Amino acid sequence: MIKKVPVIEFVGVSKEYGNPNEGGAVVEALSDVSFVVNKGEFVAITGPSGSGKSTLLHMIGLLDRPSNGKIYIDGNEVGDLNGDALANLRNQKIGFVFQQFNLLAKTSAMRNVELPLIYRGMGRRERWERSKTELEAVGLGDRLSNKPSQLSGGQQQRVAIARALVTSPSLLLADEPTGNLDTKSGIEIMKLFEDLHENGVTLILVTHNPEIADQADRQIVIKDGKIVRDTGKK
Amino acid sequence: MDFAELIRSSTRAVRTNKTRSFLTTLGVIIGVASVILLVSIGAGLQSYVTREFESLGSNVLLISPGRISFSGGPPQNVEAKFDFDDVRNIEKLGEPIIRASGMISRGVTLKYKSKSYYGTVAGVDYDYPQYGNTEIEAGRFFSKSEQERSKMVVVIGHKVYTELFGEKGVAVGKDIDIAGGKVAVVGVLKEKGGGFGGGGGDENSYVMMPVTSASKLTGIKKPAAVTVRTRTAEDVPIAARKVKEYFYRRNLTDDDFTLMEPKELLNTINSFLGVITGALSGIAAISLVVGGIGIANIMFVSVTERTREIGLRKAVGATYRDILLQFLAEAIMLSVLGGSVGILIGTGLSLLMGTFIETSVTGGSVILSFGISCLVGVISGIAPAIRAAKLDPIVALRWE
Repeated sequence: MIKKVPVIEFVGVSKEYGNPNEGGAVVEALSDVSFVVNKGEFVAITGPSGSGKSTLLHMIGLLDRPSNGKIYIDGNEVGDLNGDALANLRNQKIGFVFQQFNLLAKTSAMRNVELPLIYRGMGRRERWERSKTELEAVGLGDRLSNKPSQLSGGQQQRVAIARALVTSPSLLLADEPTGNLDTKSGIEIMKLFEDLHENGVTLILVTHNPEIADQADRQIVIKDGKIVRDTGKK
Repeated sequence: MDFAELIRSSTRAVRTNKTRSFLTTLGVIIGVASVILLVSIGAGLQSYVTREFESLGSNVLLISPGRISFSGGPPQNVEAKFDFDDVRNIEKLGEPIIRASGMISRGVTLKYKSKSYYGTVAGVDYDYPQYGNTEIEAGRFFSKSEQERSKMVVVIGHKVYTELFGEKGVAVGKDIDIAGGKVAVVGVLKEKGGGFGGGGGDENSYVMMPVTSASKLTGIKKPAAVTVRTRTAEDVPIAARKVKEYFYRRNLTDDDFTLMEPKELLNTINSFLGVITGALSGIAAISLVVGGIGIANIMFVSVTERTREIGLRKAVGATYRDILLQFLAEAIMLSVLGGSVGILIGTGLSLLMGTFIETSVTGGSVILSFGISCLVGVISGIAPAIRAAKLDPIVALRWE
C-alpha cells in the first residue's frame, strides 16, 4: 500500500449512558477511544462481552453518536448530524453484516439485496442489475428468487454480504458474521471476507472468537471501554 | 423510496398475511357496504316518492280533515268538520279550481263465495281514472249516472281480484259482499307494480265504489280527503287561498283542515327521508370507526412484530419519512382494500334489494365511501407509523 487513506477515524471518543438528571447512574461504555482504519485494511475488534464492543460497533456503523470526541468518515466529521442525515450517510458509506443475517423474511434474495438501493432512490432496472451482479459475485447467481427460508445459513449470510456490498460502501462492518453458522459455512464466509479484502474492500469485523480475529491483519482489543491493544498502532 | 415502490412493498405486506388482512378489513368492509346500501335505499325511496307524487299531477291541492303536522306525531284520524256539500261548493268557487272530489275509505272484509279478503273500500268520483295512473284490465270504471244514483257497483283492485276469483276467474258481472252489502263488480284494475308492498296507498288491495254508494254502504258521511284540481301548477297556491277563505267563512279554523300542496309536501318528505338516510348511514358509519380501530390495532402489532425489520431498514438507510410512509401506506392499503370490497358488496346487495324495492347506488356515495376509507387508513395508520419511524435502529436491531 503506497498511500494511507483513512476511512474511519475516532478521536477521543467516549460514550456515556444514563441520565444523571433523572437520578440514574452514568455508565461510561467507551472512554477516550482513538484509532484510524485506512482504506483496504482488515481489522478485527475483539473483547469480552460488556467491554464496550457493541457500543463501538454502533459508533463505527453511524447508528449512534458519541458523547464526546469526534468521528470522521472519509475525512468528514459526523458531528451533530440528525437521524435522517445519519441514515443517508449509512446508506452511502457503510455495509452491514449481522450475526442474525437480518434478511427480510418471505422476500427474495434479489429484493433483499436491492433494499439499500431503494432508499438511495435508484431506478428499478439499475437496482436489479447491480443486485444481480452482487449476488453472482457471492456465488448465488442461481438463487436470485429464493427466499431466506429456502436458503442455508451460509447462503443467507452471503445474501446479507451482497446486500452490504451493493452500495459499494467505504466500509464493510460485520458483527459476529459466523456466530450463527456451522463450522464449514463459517469457514466459507471467512474465505469470502478474505477474498473481498484482497479486492480492496475495507473490512471491520467484530467478534469474540480469537480464531476469527486471527485471520484479520490487525486486531483492536477492547476492555472496559478502552482500547487495550491495537496491533496496527505504530 | 418512490411511490411505485411504496405501493409494491405495502401490497406485499398485505398479501403476506392474507387472513389477518382480511379480518382486519372486515370492519371497513361492513361499514362501507352498509353505508352504500342504506344510501341507495334512501335514494331509491326518494325517487319512488317523487315519482308517485308526480303521477298525482302537479296541479292538485289536497285537503285533509284536522291538523296534520310533520313535527307533531302521526296524523289523527279525525272526522271532518266539512262534508260533501262543502266539496261541491269548493268546486263552485271557480277559477282556477276546475274540479273538487271528496273521497272516503275504510278497511273492510270482502267476500265472494267461500273466499274472503281484508281490503279497503274507497269511495271516489267517476272521473278518478282520468287523473291517476289507474288502468282497467277487465270491464269498465263506474259511470257518472251510477254515482248519481248511488248504485252498488264496484271496481276491484288486482290483488282483490286474485284473492277472491283466482288468477283466471271471471269477476265482472259477479256480486261480492262488502261489509254485509251485495255489490256488483263492473271492472278489474290492472296490477300496479313497483310499490312498497302493503302500503296504505296500494291500489291493488282497493275496491273502488262511487263515493255516494260507499257512503251509503259504510255510513261515512264526511270525506276523508278532498282533491282539488286547478288549471295549472302555478294556480295551486291561488286555489289554496280560495279554499282557506271558504273554510274560514264556514267558521272552520286551521285545526279543522290541512291543505297540502304536493310539491311542498314532496320537498318536506324528501328532506325528511334525507335526514333518516343520513342518520342511518351515520350509525352504519360507526362500523367504519370500529374498522379503523381494528386497522390501528393490527398496525401496532405489525410494528412490534417487525421491529427488527424496521431496525434493518434504518441501518441500510431508511429515513424517518421512509418508514413513516411505509406503514402509513400499509394502513391505507388495508382500509382502501376494505373500502373497495365494501363498495362491491354494498352495490351487490343494493342490486339484490332492487328486485324487491327501488334502490339506487349513487356515484356520490361510492366516491364518498372511498374517500372515507382512505381517511380511515390515514387516521388509523398515523400513530403506528410514527411509532415505527421513531424506533432507534440500535434498539430495533437488538430486539428479539
